[in-house]
Amino acid sequence: MARAQSPRRRMLTTIAAWSVALIIFFPVLWMILTSFKTESSAVASPPVLLAADWTLQNYVDVWARSDYPRFFWNSVVIAVGSTLVGLAIAIPAAWAMAFVPGKRTKDLLMWMLSTKMMPAVAVMIPLYLLFQQMGLIDTKTGLVVALMLMNLPIIVWMLYTYFKEIPGEILEAARMDGAGLWNEIVHVLTPMALPGIASTMLLNIILAWNEAFWTIVLTTTKAAPLSAFIASFSAPQGLFYAKLSAASAMAILPILILGWFSQKQLVRGLTFGAVK
Amino acid sequence: MATQSSRVASRLMVAPSVILLFIWMAVPLALTLYYSFRFYRLLSPERSGWVGLTNYRWFLNSPDFWLALFNTLALVLGVLIITVVLGILIALLIDQPVRGQGVLRILVIAPFFVMPPVAASIWENLFMHPQNGLFAAIARGFGAQPILFLEQYPLASIIGIVSWQWLPFATLILLTAMQSLSSEQLEAAEMDGASALNRFRYIIMPHLTRAITVVILIQTIFLLGIFGEIYTTTQGGPGSASTTLPYMIFKQAIAAKDIGRAAAGGIIAVILANIVAYFLMRGIGRHLDT
Repeated sequence: MARAQSPRRRMLTTIAAWSVALIIFFPVLWMILTSFKTESSAVASPPVLLAADWTLQNYVDVWARSDYPRFFWNSVVIAVGSTLVGLAIAIPAAWAMAFVPGKRTKDLLMWMLSTKMMPAVAVMIPLYLLFQQMGLIDTKTGLVVALMLMNLPIIVWMLYTYFKEIPGEILEAARMDGAGLWNEIVHVLTPMALPGIASTMLLNIILAWNEAFWTIVLTTTKAAPLSAFIASFSAPQGLFYAKLSAASAMAILPILILGWFSQKQLVRGLTFGAVK
Repeated sequence: MATQSSRVASRLMVAPSVILLFIWMAVPLALTLYYSFRFYRLLSPERSGWVGLTNYRWFLNSPDFWLALFNTLALVLGVLIITVVLGILIALLIDQPVRGQGVLRILVIAPFFVMPPVAASIWENLFMHPQNGLFAAIARGFGAQPILFLEQYPLASIIGIVSWQWLPFATLILLTAMQSLSSEQLEAAEMDGASALNRFRYIIMPHLTRAITVVILIQTIFLLGIFGEIYTTTQGGPGSASTTLPYMIFKQAIAAKDIGRAAAGGIIAVILANIVAYFLMRGIGRHLDT
């Protein structure tokens, strides 16, 4: 709803909007700045900005800690792995619901959404014990399974809203032209479905990367991803602020970048297609 | 175009998702229900047996339970009110013709991508810390005593942290909804002499109803399970001042190692979540695109 406005008013709204945006972003910015300070500059009082001793040492130190790269790698494997497995299971389901909807399809979708409302703590103990019996505690496999199931309803829903927009007539036209099932899938459907699958994948990687309940409950050290590592990192009296900030910055950076690229799809994905 | 065979095929395609989700929910839930009627403490494994409703009675009679229930509702409602109200205001502001809108959106959305433990740790250490935090430095600059955020106002502090995380979500969705509003309608209203307040009340707000209900639905789902932020900052304390229902159950299971009581708490949480879900789905479910 862009409307013509006086330059003066335009300048005022620009200043106001930028101030608000900078306030919201400031904590992230301050963390990134702190990550480049020495430990003593990081806790200096009053806080220093320009006079700080800037350094890259924190990043070097954190990465050189033998376990940090492992936490990072665990995050990558768990986020990407759970997403890919989830897609493999959800694509056929969403496909069938979008193209061959039955009387119960709507109820089924609502039921799936309602499982997300189940408090995770309510099923925490049995799942922990089941995982223990199957030897899945503190393994990447266990977390891939847990996060895949946790996000499965969201994956199905998102894919469903995307697939539903593919017109069924196109399939019929392809069939009329004598395309076999294989050609139908490879040449007609896949190209139309790919954008939806890609944005579902992005959003789900973000959700899995940031998950901080099952990762804390189901891991101890070996398979712990970054979210569990940072949650257990306590800074005794500000001794490691700069290093904590560097570790945090590296933990959020990949997702920040992914997220910025996918912000348009994010609205649609997170609202299950209700807001586009 | 659905033939008999395609119906069968579609059932087979849907089946894995439904079966897996059912197992993921139903098996643990049945076990939780079973444990909730049992004496089951990890520290005294030699004792076991049926105890009827004892675990439930303990939970419902515990003063901590009512505090946890209050804290959970305060957290969900507090964050919902803050994010929806500020979200509408910020979306209205950004929706104006503003220079550099693209970069602006990127800055505003950023907190949403920050994982809960990092968000909590930024606020706890870099801002709210009574010695080294930025807020303490500002307070000292004015010659005032630093506020002990997480010690004196733990729940309010956590509401603040969680609101910061979810404000971008609300803003982004409301902004998207606002941008689909036709400018002609607003211009026509302006020409007819409708004041800015009336334009907001009679044109913009009705247009946003659907987006607001969706924001409330999605946020409630995630806010009911808030965990990482509390675990990283206050661990539910001091005392039980910032313990929510999920966190209380977590403490019973992990710290007190009383599986029976924790399971009873879990069942109570499921019942409460179902009550909330029922009203949400009735009120809001019809806005979803099925």
